[in-house]
Amino acid sequence: MEYLNMEKVERRSKIRIIIDKIAKWITFFATLFGVTMLTILIIRIISQGIHVIDFEFLTNRLSTDPEKAGIMGAILGTLWLIAVVAPVTMFFGMFTAIYIEMYMKDGKMKSILSTNIANLAGVPSIVYGILGLTVFVRGMELGNVVLAGGLTLSLLILPITIVTTQEALRAIPSDLTEAAFGIGATKWQAIRTVVLPMALPTILTGFILAMSRAIGETAPLVVIGIPTLLIPFPGSIFDKFTVLPMQIYYWTLDSVLVAEYASLAAGTIIVLLFILLVLNLTAVLIRRKFEKKLLR
Amino acid sequence: MTVKVREIAQKNVKTNNFETKLEVLEPKKEPKESIFITSRLHLYYGETHALKGIDLNIEKNAVTAIIGPSGCGKSTFLKTLNRMVELVPNVRTTGTIFFNGQSIFDPSVKVEQLRTQVGMVFQKANPFPKSIYENVAYGPKIHGIRNKKLLDEIVEKSLRDAYLWDEVKDRLHDHAFQLSGGQQQRLCIARTLAIEPEVILMDEPTSALDPKSTLKVEELIQSLKEKYTIIIVTHNMQQAHRISDQTAFFLDGEVVEFDDTEVIFNHPKDSRTFDYVNGRFG
Repeated sequence: MEYLNMEKVERRSKIRIIIDKIAKWITFFATLFGVTMLTILIIRIISQGIHVIDFEFLTNRLSTDPEKAGIMGAILGTLWLIAVVAPVTMFFGMFTAIYIEMYMKDGKMKSILSTNIANLAGVPSIVYGILGLTVFVRGMELGNVVLAGGLTLSLLILPITIVTTQEALRAIPSDLTEAAFGIGATKWQAIRTVVLPMALPTILTGFILAMSRAIGETAPLVVIGIPTLLIPFPGSIFDKFTVLPMQIYYWTLDSVLVAEYASLAAGTIIVLLFILLVLNLTAVLIRRKFEKKLLR
Repeated sequence: MTVKVREIAQKNVKTNNFETKLEVLEPKKEPKESIFITSRLHLYYGETHALKGIDLNIEKNAVTAIIGPSGCGKSTFLKTLNRMVELVPNVRTTGTIFFNGQSIFDPSVKVEQLRTQVGMVFQKANPFPKSIYENVAYGPKIHGIRNKKLLDEIVEKSLRDAYLWDEVKDRLHDHAFQLSGGQQQRLCIARTLAIEPEVILMDEPTSALDPKSTLKVEELIQSLKEKYTIIIVTHNMQQAHRISDQTAFFLDGEVVEFDDTEVIFNHPKDSRTFDYVNGRFG
């Protein structure tokens, strides 16, 4: 009995090899497209904006005069925003995920909750802006201050944080939690001493990526009414503020009136991209470091 | 103690004919102290009836082997003894298990407490991704021991009792994953010994080990029975024969025969036991 007819196999193999080559080229062009576009974007922004970046640009207050305008206010605003978003998201994101994954019983409730949270991750950011406007700015009468903006952005990135944390927790082999239960650990002890230390690199990576999404977000902040031109620096979470992407947005809008604003916007984009790059690098480094420590 | 345990067991089952069954299943020799008594133990995974009325007396300071083909409920039974089986969703049990005369399903019994007295070693060595030292110290630490000197002492003693000390004493702070498979399994045993349980449940502890490591673990089990009660599930009939004092043969969620290991292997009363221990099926 011969299952494979060598003649046919040979004939087929030519076609298979051609298909393999085509597949390789398709995947190559798909990659090339993205890389080219990104390169164009970066070259264009750098060529347009690099010359405005100097010490004054980074440290000056905002001004209508393009010569004097600086982005210190927006940088501080972004930092203050992180000071609200990071702890709020970490706390609610991590504990929600732990509750769902570790404490909730398997069943309908759990799957309904998980599915809905995953779906919330896909809700357009402007909708969160409207929620923030209704609840924090008007409902709690916070006004358009750092706290209101921060809570709004926390809501926006909570679903992704919860989902990535859930995945990180699920990835921990159950035989390790069983080992902890097997010597009399309570659930929380097993979570704190075994599950969390192992899941932390993944959780932190997801968290930092979510954070970088939050600080690049514009639409929800437009909705809650971040001021167009804000001269004073924010000094606490109860101050009015602006952030880098908002500044980019307004300068781009006004570049019709004052052509130099376009360069200022490009310069601000470079600063924002740099901050995001640093955040993402941190995520990668954390992951590497913990992985080495855990799985030597 | 024995009398008391039996009284409670019988009081609890007055309504049925458990007493006669108890006589049948109890080993014939001079009665020894029982540490576990299960009575009419049924267990269901959802609709699946996994344990069908298990009545067993497990002797203190002895090695009891549980043998039987795959899917016969032997691992389930083992995990029921420290209520680890409850981690599986949709598990339901009826009947009773007495541990030192106390029902383990009593609301006053905390599973954490029970699992401290009834430790468990798993099929696959599952050390924590921590150092050798931290693995052994884990149990005492979660039970509140903070004293560094005391922890050092416990770690050394547990590793010695697990025949591992000489191999690791110079590298206690190395990562546990650097140990060989057999060493990892003995580390897991040491981790269990560190909480000073009365009973150690072992779920096929050598099935993933090479013959040499298996032999070491078997020697270890022999030496442990002076201080501990050991209940071991095994697929390996020779192993059950070599190391156990008593053997229970499980089939389809029922105990076919429970007796001294010599009797089970040499003159079993049930023909199914005979067929199984002689390799006719399984």
